[in-house]
Amino acid sequence: MKERLVVIGNGMAGMRTVEEILKLDAEAYDITVFGAEPYGNYNRIMLSPVLAGDKTIDEIMINDEQWYVDNNITLYKGRTIVDIDRKARKVIVDDGSEYEYDRLLIATGSNPFIIPLPGHDLDGVIAFRDINDVDMMVEAATKHKHAVVIGGGLLGLEAANGLMQQGMKVTVLHLMDTLMERQMDPVAGKMLRQSLEERGMEILMPASTKEIVGDGHVEKVVLEDGREIECGIVVMAVGIRPNIELASKVGIHCERGIVVNDTMQTFDPRVYSVGECVQHRGEVYGLVAPLFEMAKVCANQLVQHGIAFYEGSVTSTKLKVTGIDLFSAGDFTGNENTEELVFQDASRGVYRKLVIEDNKVKGAVMYGDTIDGSWYFDLMRDETDITDFREKILFGQAHLGDSGHGDENRIEMMSASAEICGCNGVSKGDIVNSININKLLTLEEVRAHTKASSSCGSCTGLVESVLAHTIGGDYSVAPHLKPMCACTEHTHDEVRGAIKTNELKSVRAALDFLEWNTPDGCGKCRPAINYYVMCQYPDAESDDAQSRFINERAHANIQKDATYSVIPRMWGGGTTPTELRAIADVADKYEVKTVHVTGGQRIGLYGLTKQELPEVWSDLNQAGLVSGHAYGKALRTVKTCVGKEWCRFGTQDSTQLGIDLEKMTWGSWTPHKYKMAASGCPRNCAEATIKDFGVVCVDSGYELHVGGNGGIKVRVTDLLTTVKTDEEVLEYGAAFMQIYREEAHYLERTAPWIERVGLAYVKEHIVDDPDNRKALAARFHFSQSFSQDDPWEARAKGAEKHEFESMKSINA
Amino acid sequence: MSEEWVEVGSLSDIPKLGARVVNAPGGDIAVFRTAEDGVFALRDACPHKGGPLSQGIVHGDRVSCPLHDWKILLDSGTAVAPDVGCAASYPTKMDGDTIFLSLTPNEGCPNKD
Repeated sequence: MKERLVVIGNGMAGMRTVEEILKLDAEAYDITVFGAEPYGNYNRIMLSPVLAGDKTIDEIMINDEQWYVDNNITLYKGRTIVDIDRKARKVIVDDGSEYEYDRLLIATGSNPFIIPLPGHDLDGVIAFRDINDVDMMVEAATKHKHAVVIGGGLLGLEAANGLMQQGMKVTVLHLMDTLMERQMDPVAGKMLRQSLEERGMEILMPASTKEIVGDGHVEKVVLEDGREIECGIVVMAVGIRPNIELASKVGIHCERGIVVNDTMQTFDPRVYSVGECVQHRGEVYGLVAPLFEMAKVCANQLVQHGIAFYEGSVTSTKLKVTGIDLFSAGDFTGNENTEELVFQDASRGVYRKLVIEDNKVKGAVMYGDTIDGSWYFDLMRDETDITDFREKILFGQAHLGDSGHGDENRIEMMSASAEICGCNGVSKGDIVNSININKLLTLEEVRAHTKASSSCGSCTGLVESVLAHTIGGDYSVAPHLKPMCACTEHTHDEVRGAIKTNELKSVRAALDFLEWNTPDGCGKCRPAINYYVMCQYPDAESDDAQSRFINERAHANIQKDATYSVIPRMWGGGTTPTELRAIADVADKYEVKTVHVTGGQRIGLYGLTKQELPEVWSDLNQAGLVSGHAYGKALRTVKTCVGKEWCRFGTQDSTQLGIDLEKMTWGSWTPHKYKMAASGCPRNCAEATIKDFGVVCVDSGYELHVGGNGGIKVRVTDLLTTVKTDEEVLEYGAAFMQIYREEAHYLERTAPWIERVGLAYVKEHIVDDPDNRKALAARFHFSQSFSQDDPWEARAKGAEKHEFESMKSINA
Repeated sequence: MSEEWVEVGSLSDIPKLGARVVNAPGGDIAVFRTAEDGVFALRDACPHKGGPLSQGIVHGDRVSCPLHDWKILLDSGTAVAPDVGCAASYPTKMDGDTIFLSLTPNEGCPNKD
């Protein structure tokens, strides 16, 4: 018999956990859910837009009743659990019935805190917590003219805004002298107050309420200082309290919330708890992102995979009031060890403050223009060293040499037809519609449904912003530790660590050891694991062709019509008449449709069938041409200028240096494609400052530049150091490539990798530590000793024959 | 309808988690082999933009199209949600290690070309 899981609470945290369980193992449990509210599971963070009339209840339902039926889940709506018999392992319902469990999940959420003022129990005093409250407020708006909201925090202001949208005059009473003081500093709070007042909201603060007066129904609110405000309803929005009533009644250890460990287990090992009712490492959470992270961990533990742990969440906040952009995250007040970076433009209504400690972002407050909020949040979570762009950080990511989207980033001003994802032709309107119709909550879901941000990824920030604007944003964009893909809970770094520590020398060994959730991984994780294994054990013959993307398996680039391109290597961009004749002969012989000069100083032949490839390669090999790896996550080209051999400005022999670099590095596999260049003088004709590794020759030696990118996001390199000799150029070149090979995530180019770890980190390991630099270079050369065989030559001679021949031809 | 089985090769001709192409009069057919040695055949054209499924990465019960990463189920040829579409599937059978293929597609998918 299957084990029985009983879930108390039909809210977002409980049901997210159930969804995660179903994803991992749909057969693990017989699941029974008790919900006190008479509804299915709805998105509670969307109540504000419902109140404001921007959305309907139907639009915020997450799982309708059919979903419970389809997944064999028994749902009891409008039923409250009144007791738990932990010894007999059963729950007792308000109608007296009893249900046994093997595992119990408590997800009772939180309750609004009602201040016990005189008059708090009058008719017309309501909280703002569930659909019922929203219904009451909407109804009150039809009967009464004036509303008082007690509490100027996030929830109170959203309620006040909603009531104004319903046509009421609203007065907000706030005890403190800053609105949203838990998310805003005084400056941002003041700007917020000004824009709310401009919209007609009345805000009194500091204002302490003495009593609520009325004869049966609310009539007025009286303040301590004697002021009186007449009103038809009072919304109490002063905070929430974890709902621990049931848990503490049955003796489960509670403090402010139900205390759980990193596996979401309470002090009773059969009882788990997630959501707003939980206290984890001393923290209680009232935002959505942490709940989702808890749900994932809890599900993983409940199906007994036992490999996920919750380590707390870093959260960020946005206010869901149309037309007001504010954002805050982390510790924005600071202490004696922190510094503040502040940007303020009162007439534009823009304010940004970053709290910095040891050159790392600790917190952020933004008002008026929050487009960079997710970027600051990433810097904060990744603890990136900001030394190198500190002077520009307040101006936002668009000012870091990213020629991407700049001012177009203001999502709200964009029309519905504005294109967000240029790769897949997805407009803002498409994304908004899909989010609304399919009730999407995460970036991954938006990717799956719309394809936006699923190709080159450069619009990811924009898509996240659209998501945040559409569903309201008080949930953070992504969990801190992103799993590698949907097949696992493990992050890239954890997988690499396990491969290294446990000597996992094949893709299969890694999948087995790390208990992958899918039988063979997927098209995303298998190539990544294959790379990590190869990088760690270059001598182990561990390469798995079936875990390679087709281009790397066939050593040619697949094109849209399923033909392939062939691009032979031209060392340092140089060629000879013999090579050119061989290329011309191949183009004639195989009737190549397009001959094209590539951006990497070589020649591409397009439109060859797969069967033709080995013959083409054989012909090219005879002229001495080898694979250019134009198809691989590998060393691509080393672009050069003619340098001092010809150029009247040239300072060094950049062409020969480029050839030497290419001879040293060709054949190496890297996390993503890797391009180099060597320019003979600071005029930089080889465009070395947008390459992964670029050398600019100067009279006194060589400048070494790293982390450039000329592709999706243009990024100019950072200057790593300056050296005197070409031997040093080669040593640094090998060491930099190796540290990137060993530490970047698969499909992460040097530019985002450097932005993630910081240039200071790279300098420390390569420039400041000669021993480490030499060790890195030595590991690179060891790896190269296994990888510098021309893959074309081997295949032209018959290797991997099955890849290039059809299995059988059947005649008509 | 009587099935006409055509011998197309042996199991060892296809790498595990790989595929080979059979050139047929009506167009190429991709023959896949899963980790557990299951053998499946689909029209070698993704319902999205006609990408050659035989060149994709095989994982579990599906293949990822090499062009735009649609996932296609090997047994039915159906695209995995939220994508919609299907590639025609063809019956296969094994006799020992020998693979036989029928050139008459299974019912249920309109994309027979």
